[in-house]
Amino acid sequence: MDLKEKLVSSFLAFENRVDVDAYVHDVRSEAIKVFEEKGFPSKKEEAWKYTSLNAILKEDYSVFPKQENTLDYKDIKPYFIHDIDSYKIIFIDGKYSSHLSQTTHDGLDVCLMSSALNKPKYQLVIKNYFNKIAEKDSLTSLNTAFSNEGAYIHIPKNKIVEKPIQILHFSTGNESATMLQPRNLIVVEENSHVQIIERHQSLTDNPVLTNSVTEIFTNKRAIVDYYKIQNDSKKASLIDNTFIKQRRESIASVHTFSFGGKLTRNNLNFYQEGERIDSTLKGITIIGDKQHVDHNTLVHHIEPNCESHQDYKGIFDDNSTGVFNGKVVVEKEAQKTNAFQANNNILISDKASINTKPQLEIFADDVKCSHGCTIGQLDESAMFYMRSRGIPEKEAKALLMFAFSNNVLESVKIPEIKQRITKIIAKKLGVNIGFDL
Amino acid sequence: MLKIENLHASVEDKSILRGVNLEVKPGEVHAIMGPNGSGKSTLAAVIAGREDYEVTKGSITFEGEDIEELAAEERAHKGVFLSFQYPIEIPGVSVTNFMKTAINETRKAKGLEDMPAKDMLKLIREKSELLEIDRKFLSRSLNEGFSGGEKKRNEIFQMAMLEPKLAILDETDSGLDIDALRIVANGVNKLKSKDNAVVVITHYQRLLDYIIPDFVHVLYNGRIVKSGGKELAHELEEKGYDWIKEEINA
Repeated sequence: MDLKEKLVSSFLAFENRVDVDAYVHDVRSEAIKVFEEKGFPSKKEEAWKYTSLNAILKEDYSVFPKQENTLDYKDIKPYFIHDIDSYKIIFIDGKYSSHLSQTTHDGLDVCLMSSALNKPKYQLVIKNYFNKIAEKDSLTSLNTAFSNEGAYIHIPKNKIVEKPIQILHFSTGNESATMLQPRNLIVVEENSHVQIIERHQSLTDNPVLTNSVTEIFTNKRAIVDYYKIQNDSKKASLIDNTFIKQRRESIASVHTFSFGGKLTRNNLNFYQEGERIDSTLKGITIIGDKQHVDHNTLVHHIEPNCESHQDYKGIFDDNSTGVFNGKVVVEKEAQKTNAFQANNNILISDKASINTKPQLEIFADDVKCSHGCTIGQLDESAMFYMRSRGIPEKEAKALLMFAFSNNVLESVKIPEIKQRITKIIAKKLGVNIGFDL
Repeated sequence: MLKIENLHASVEDKSILRGVNLEVKPGEVHAIMGPNGSGKSTLAAVIAGREDYEVTKGSITFEGEDIEELAAEERAHKGVFLSFQYPIEIPGVSVTNFMKTAINETRKAKGLEDMPAKDMLKLIREKSELLEIDRKFLSRSLNEGFSGGEKKRNEIFQMAMLEPKLAILDETDSGLDIDALRIVANGVNKLKSKDNAVVVITHYQRLLDYIIPDFVHVLYNGRIVKSGGKELAHELEEKGYDWIKEEINA
């Protein structure tokens, strides 16, 4: 039985097991039909031309964890930003871990999707927001069909959330292969501000496939800063589907740091509905071995006077492969749009490759849109210059690579995240130097 | 200190150095002059360890050790410094962080701990004052948007920070106005001691009014064809290089 059959046939058992209201039940039943019809995406589809799921779909994933697994604080400490006070929503093999988490209902809701989906008091929010902007493609539908657990975050009006919220998914590797389908819903009401950090971490080398869906609603003048730290073990793969709807004058940014994992696909979609909206999509990818990272972005400009800023840096070593597919749509009504997109890449090895493809669809006539992509090597004369000052080859390379990606880090608003990313980069590049540029 | 014997070097199969002999002793200042394309910058780069150049014959000995097989950074750790004719712009790396990394990597190679931050700051302050470099300048990206003069001053600042045994100044005077030239020359003179040596590569005698050479060599067609004292530089300034070419070709 292949993975698709396994998932479809286990759906009924799953649906009978979880307790949800009729609305959610209908959404799920509809979604499994979509997945059953479409199946997993193949390279024949334009959007998946350079990313093949074949190899990772061959594993015999356990779709539901057979047992509840626990972890100690010390097991997970290295993987979250622990030097700041934060809310934490922590999952172990897809199950919520109450003793490691720190949630709240005090003036805001930072809690669990599973309770939001079946408790009457959340019903209105669920009906208004759940599965409203998630695309109806096969992988998102698959997640929707099995949507049960994840983070539920609801920030009421006029609330500046002082502490960042960390959403952490751990897999213990107690099963020989695990598939996880977290589902997050984040609703930020008018004038509110929240910072969120998301990370998926496998603690062993047993294969893990995560198919994650996050819906984020940024209402009028709200500000959302979202950080995705992707530094998973070498057998873990992640398909991240994130959908962000912005209302007028809101500001949303997503920074994606991709260093680990076997295959990572980021489907990041921004839908602007309202005027004077600002959207930022930035990323640093540094990979080697046979790693693969694919950024598939969409910014949909619908109304006038909005901005979007995309800046993705990629550094590819060994046999690694990268994809950047950035689509910007500017509708006819969206005059005075400023849309910028940059994708710069460095190939360290002859065997590494990157496919980069900007797609601009502009129907308005009074707009400023720019895009640029570059693929290059490390500057040899800069290397000699640094080495002639006593900086060894590896360190000189690292310094150049860090400098290359630094302007993405500059817009990170939480200093502890910057420090953490800097450390991860130094470790990834095998050097022990401070990058305090 | 530095002994170059019968050095031949080529780049992409084009032979550029064709038997250079040069000996530099501690405390000495040597000037290497010569027309364009004579191989001056190649000689500097080959001593510093640039990999694009292939040494096909001869040897480079530094303090008794054959350094020809050493990487550029290893030569730097031993005390070889090259002031670049065209310093490279490195966006995103500040002057300060570049120097910190260079000094600490050099210390690491010598088995020493990182320099304490306090000492580093003090050293940076001292040396930047010597070169009359504004503090703000140090937090800027290395050479990015620097004027020609600022770049050269920055090279000598790096030299002051690293305190090399052998400094090779490749056309350090080009692009400098007279004030900057004086600051740079003054910096070099202050760093000079009986234990270190300077090789000045230049087209013009101008810089040699400030950095007085003990020896002047003329490089032509990949060979040192004439050597003399500082008066040779004056002669070249007056008469140009044609008389030397004629002498050689005769």
